[in-house]
Amino acid sequence: MGRYRNVSILAAAVFIQLVGLAYQIRKQTGKDAQDSSRLIRVWTISAITPLEKGIVRLQTGTVNLWHNYVYLRGVRQENRELKDKIEQLQLEQVRLQQDASQARRLQALLGFKEQFIDHTVAAQVIGSSGSEQSRTVYLDKGSDVGISLGMPVISAEGIVGKVILVQPRVSQVLLINDQTSGVGTILEKSRLQGVLKGRASGELMLDKVMSEEDVKTGERVLTSGGDQIFPKGLPVGTIGDVKHGGEFLQVQVKPAAALNHLEEVLVITQRLEREPDKTAAKSMRAADILAQRLPQVPDKPAGAESETGTPAPKPTTIPSTAIQPKPAAPVGTGTVQAIAHPGTAGSVPLANKPAQAKAPTPGASAGITMQPRTPPTGTAPPKTTAGKPTSTPTQTSPTSDTGDTPQ
Amino acid sequence: MAVSYTSREQIEVYRFNWLVAILVPLLAIFLQAFLPLRFPFFSIFDLPLLVVIFFAMARRSQVAGLLTGAVIGILQDSLTHHPLGVYGIAKTVVGYGASSLGVKLDVESVGTRLLVTSGFYVVHQIIYFTIARGLVGLDLRWLWSRELIAAVANAVVGVLLFTLMDRLKERA
Repeated sequence: MGRYRNVSILAAAVFIQLVGLAYQIRKQTGKDAQDSSRLIRVWTISAITPLEKGIVRLQTGTVNLWHNYVYLRGVRQENRELKDKIEQLQLEQVRLQQDASQARRLQALLGFKEQFIDHTVAAQVIGSSGSEQSRTVYLDKGSDVGISLGMPVISAEGIVGKVILVQPRVSQVLLINDQTSGVGTILEKSRLQGVLKGRASGELMLDKVMSEEDVKTGERVLTSGGDQIFPKGLPVGTIGDVKHGGEFLQVQVKPAAALNHLEEVLVITQRLEREPDKTAAKSMRAADILAQRLPQVPDKPAGAESETGTPAPKPTTIPSTAIQPKPAAPVGTGTVQAIAHPGTAGSVPLANKPAQAKAPTPGASAGITMQPRTPPTGTAPPKTTAGKPTSTPTQTSPTSDTGDTPQ
Repeated sequence: MAVSYTSREQIEVYRFNWLVAILVPLLAIFLQAFLPLRFPFFSIFDLPLLVVIFFAMARRSQVAGLLTGAVIGILQDSLTHHPLGVYGIAKTVVGYGASSLGVKLDVESVGTRLLVTSGFYVVHQIIYFTIARGLVGLDLRWLWSRELIAAVANAVVGVLLFTLMDRLKERA
């Protein structure tokens, strides 16, 4: 027996671990998957992560000290450039705010659920699993700041992963390029949906895309919201190689976020998901929405209307080509919205029936009359009679000018 | 170069200070988890495996070797999101093998260390892949080219590391 003592111990050690392994795998199908073998993980993570945190903070502190107090070459120039950039972005922001509010109104009319990122927690990546077969990273924040299991993690560039383990001051994130990860995605232009999965090599692949689909290299991939983890519309990456052969395409996706060089990330700790405001939607008219898109006209001089008591004598029909998103403009300038009050124009909600644009009612302080977009076929062009415009009822589809259908 | 011992008397058995025995594996696991974030190419190395091989060969005790491998492997497993035991089993076998070899070979020379380390790296990977594919169900692809390059890289780093860690050895 003594001769086989060491081999017996080896066999016993391997056997015990095999049994433990099998037990954990079996338990992973149950609800308490994360609870198995938790203690050892807690000990190891508690032993390793403080050192990682310390080194990351020391490194960050040193870099900050150098960049903020010592190495300031070119800062003035950079500052000037950034100020210019801010001005450009402010203009862009005004335009985007208008687009966003318009999109929200259309979404409400169509009865979609809305999702908003309400609260995020910034966290620093302090470590990894150290294994290529387990693509996970550790963050320096945990349940103490509200992080919990399943929360999505994003960076400035795109989505990163989801939280799979939480301790009071540390959390573990499963990256999207791990082979056990899966993200519901949609292609930006073709609206083709698919599940994004990681490979053992760390590549991202779009799964189960039929070979007859037209997938173009370089097209942006966004989250579809179908996985119930990531909010819809976040950047995932771009289409890389597309290989044909067999029933499905082999679509490789280049991640938007630098998954190999992560430093700081945001954990989405709170999302607001709400039904659109039905009362607001009901009171909204198709004309109001279209009015948002019309070019701006300056406010009439005060008293001009009261002198006549009627709308402008010759309403102008806006051609369909003029119905374009408004250009960037300072907030507060007069817009056509001011003249398209509820109760004065067509009042059929977009979601239910085709909207009808009616002739302006006397009393509506309109300097112009708007016409809904002319449908492609089967509709006569609007006629204008002297002083009284008539408009043929036309269908206003909730499509945007880019042709994208709101999802 | 003497590769094998001719008598039992030539074998030198070493032991380690308990602080070294605890801190060196922990440091290896820490570096393995920390450095790939800054230097992604570092993930090709397996520092905990090198530590297992070094301790096992220096102690020349099969039980101590397999236990060292099991503990370090399970600690390494606990940082991943996979079940505990995948690295544990692979490193248990490597620890046992390295200590068995340490009894029979002159594992102090650079040439032997290069060969032994690269060989055990491949053994470790085969066991790991078998368990990860067969039991855990991971979809792994075995690439000989990649594994052999990684084996040589680990052996080179191992030789340097062993030279440094030789200073921590104490004669039993």
